Amino acid sequence: MQLTVLLIILALLTVIGYQMGRSRAVASVGGRIVELHSVPSYHGFYVALWAGLPALLLFAFWGASEGWLVMQMVLSGLPDRLVNGDAQSLGLLRADILNLAHGVTTGREPDPEVVAAAERYLRLHALGDWSLLVIGCCIAIGGLLYARGRIDPDLRARNRVERTVNIALVICSLVAILTTIGIVLSLLFEAIRFFAVVNPLDFLFGTHWSPQMAMRADQVGSSGSFGAIPLFAGTLLITGIAMAVAVPVGLMAAIFMSEYASPGLRTWLKPILEVLAGIPTVVYGFFAALTMAPFVRDVGNSLGLSVSSESALAAGFVMGVMIIPFVSSLSDDVINAVPQSLRDGSYGLGATKSETIRLVVLPAALPGIVAAVMLAVSRAIGETMIVTMAAGLTANLTANPLDAVTTVTTQIATLLVGDQEFDSPKTLSAFGLGLVLFVVTLTLNMVALRVVQKYREKYD
Amino acid sequence: MTDLVEQDTRAMSVAVTKSRYQSEEFSARLRRRYAAERRFRIAGMLAVGVASLMLVILLGSIVSKGYTAFWQAQIRLEVTLDKQQVEERNYTALVRQALYAQVPAATDRATRRSLNDLLSSGAPYELEAMVNANPSIVGTTQTVWVRADDEIDQFMKGFIRRDVPESERRLNDVKIAAIDALVANGSIRSTFNTTLFTAGDSREPEQAGILGAVVGSALTLVVTMLLSVPIGIAAAVYLEEFAPKNRWTDLIEVNINNLAAVPSIIFGLLGLAVFLGFFGLPRSAPLVGGLVMALMTLPVIIIASRVALKAVPPSIREAALGVGASPLQTVTHHVLPLALPGILTGTIIGMARALGETAPLLMIGMVAFIVDIPGGLTDSATAIPVQIYMWADSPERAFTERTSAAILILLAFLILMNGLAVFLRKKFERRW
Repeated sequence: MQLTVLLIILALLTVIGYQMGRSRAVASVGGRIVELHSVPSYHGFYVALWAGLPALLLFAFWGASEGWLVMQMVLSGLPDRLVNGDAQSLGLLRADILNLAHGVTTGREPDPEVVAAAERYLRLHALGDWSLLVIGCCIAIGGLLYARGRIDPDLRARNRVERTVNIALVICSLVAILTTIGIVLSLLFEAIRFFAVVNPLDFLFGTHWSPQMAMRADQVGSSGSFGAIPLFAGTLLITGIAMAVAVPVGLMAAIFMSEYASPGLRTWLKPILEVLAGIPTVVYGFFAALTMAPFVRDVGNSLGLSVSSESALAAGFVMGVMIIPFVSSLSDDVINAVPQSLRDGSYGLGATKSETIRLVVLPAALPGIVAAVMLAVSRAIGETMIVTMAAGLTANLTANPLDAVTTVTTQIATLLVGDQEFDSPKTLSAFGLGLVLFVVTLTLNMVALRVVQKYREKYD
Repeated sequence: MTDLVEQDTRAMSVAVTKSRYQSEEFSARLRRRYAAERRFRIAGMLAVGVASLMLVILLGSIVSKGYTAFWQAQIRLEVTLDKQQVEERNYTALVRQALYAQVPAATDRATRRSLNDLLSSGAPYELEAMVNANPSIVGTTQTVWVRADDEIDQFMKGFIRRDVPESERRLNDVKIAAIDALVANGSIRSTFNTTLFTAGDSREPEQAGILGAVVGSALTLVVTMLLSVPIGIAAAVYLEEFAPKNRWTDLIEVNINNLAAVPSIIFGLLGLAVFLGFFGLPRSAPLVGGLVMALMTLPVIIIASRVALKAVPPSIREAALGVGASPLQTVTHHVLPLALPGILTGTIIGMARALGETAPLLMIGMVAFIVDIPGGLTDSATAIPVQIYMWADSPERAFTERTSAAILILLAFLILMNGLAVFLRKKFERRW
């Protein structure tokens, strides 16, 4: 609430600052704008930036650190018997305080100390918000007055404003790097915690996947073994099926569209394929689970084969359909990039169109096509919804496409959906799988990009 | 005459050279080559045909499964709003009595008990809401139409067949007889299913709606847009217009290209570890969903914006710089406005992708079962694709129908957005 008010006040002050700076600059030279170093609006921006930016930075800093700071203060005020536990009980204590503070009842009778802590948490929170409001306003008004005082015909307002904007632009472009760092660090940290419990070699080369941890010593079937080979095998199987569908169909479609289809037909066909690319994956998943899987099962049964109700074939086939436009549009681009002179040379020697395509155009476009296929593979490996909905959950080590298999992404999704404790190897193993997934897809992308870069300029 | 002679000689000369080009072997080879050409061409057409056919099958199966969800069976009740029972808030009894009155044949207790399942379990609440809205009707007899149970609805739509043996049917013979009686006296009708558009999620298919998910999706998209559009455009402007060509900017470029291809579920893991784990933001909140989606769509927007900026010819920049504009003024006054349509198109496509994305939202807990319509960015919420995922898992036949209907609604949004993008591209397309 206070934060919203602060933002509104800041917005107002910024607008006021702009007007103030502008009119003061004009007034300082008595209306002869020529005598100003920068045009009046830059003076306006200058004051507005001083009014808005420092307070906004404070706001952002506070927003990112408030929860942690307040919690630290609350914890330091608690008696030792509560705080002096291991990391796990401390985490539990934090969760209890937060739950109580937000009015979530947990069913357990809370410790009076914890209740007091929750109240203190709320009080400190409110205090923090109010002080932020006051300090933020002070900083904003102070900045506004300071900048207003500096307005002068010789003030290099434009240079200063532009430098600030430039810095902002650089920061924006760094967000991409920050995201990557965030991904790598979050995956690494959690994966390291996982590998502290489970040997990485067992994880990468073990052949038994059963992430349920035993709650009691005598429990059956909950051994908690983390051999990921069946998941990798399942992922590869489904990816293989998807590629067997997507590569021939996508490639032939691209060839047909770029070499045979008339421009009129092309304007119709391309959007149709693009629609296929724009359909959300959850829709494909629904289609795979409710239409394709029963169809595959019925056909298999009528042929006398035993097909499980969630088969790798159905999921892989639908995934292949999803990837067709991806392969076709990338291949289309590279095929179009092959210069016409090569084709003309081939026709001049008397080759038919298909011979030209097979013997001249495709070899010339091969690096691009290989890259397209690689990107498609990485996409198939990372696809989640289709396999989660249609490929099953049982970790089978099988090459039979009619069996149910499970994949890396399915396991990540099922391990982390629902309320989980965050310290058990079961949930942490999802981050281990995520790390493998990230490394594999990243490698494929890098190789694909490198291939394109290396061979692209051949004809330019 | 002369013609004939000439032809003759030509024929003769050809016959004399008796070429390899007219040998049996050659024409056979030519036939083979032409046949190969035809086959190749047909293979291409087949590929395009298969892709289009799959699209038709996909959409066709969803439409044929989903269109029935837009209708819902209702049962007419003549409810006598007895004052005492209203005061005791005993609406269940009121509804049941009215129902028994509609089916006079049902007299014994067992039959009546199975009649109770004809109505949606929400029917008493509908009545209560009606009374609360207009207390003056207490004591009168009102004709109300209340929702039928989902299985009655499915039966009316013909999805539960009468000719299967009773033991394998979801409705027993007593209920079917009661339904027939209701149909006979005109007490069942099929109306437009407004619940689907005005309610949140529910365990009962006939009470479940998509509105909560639509609001959740909208809130998520707002956060995504507010973050990714300004940052994305700013990053694109910097990289395209100001950045020096050095190792750092190369690194940023490679990074952006890689991010565009990182599987979406990885972004979900990032959101889980950083936004929920580290910053302690609330689970299931559109705020977190929007943050994750923003990071995901950022590369898409940056790449599209850079293409649009690149398409603005350098002469415009040179002219602006020539009359004394600063580099920043050149960009903000001249280059950006010209590139804006292209940037907008890319942004809309990125937003459409974010709208359809499911996996990252599963990771940050937007799969929770939430009945209420979310009111703010930190409320628990779900999104349309996640709602589809959850409904697809429900065993009831009626949820299959509603899943398909939800997919149709989602696709309608996507087609609208993509249509807008295409329209913008066509309208502002410019060749320099």
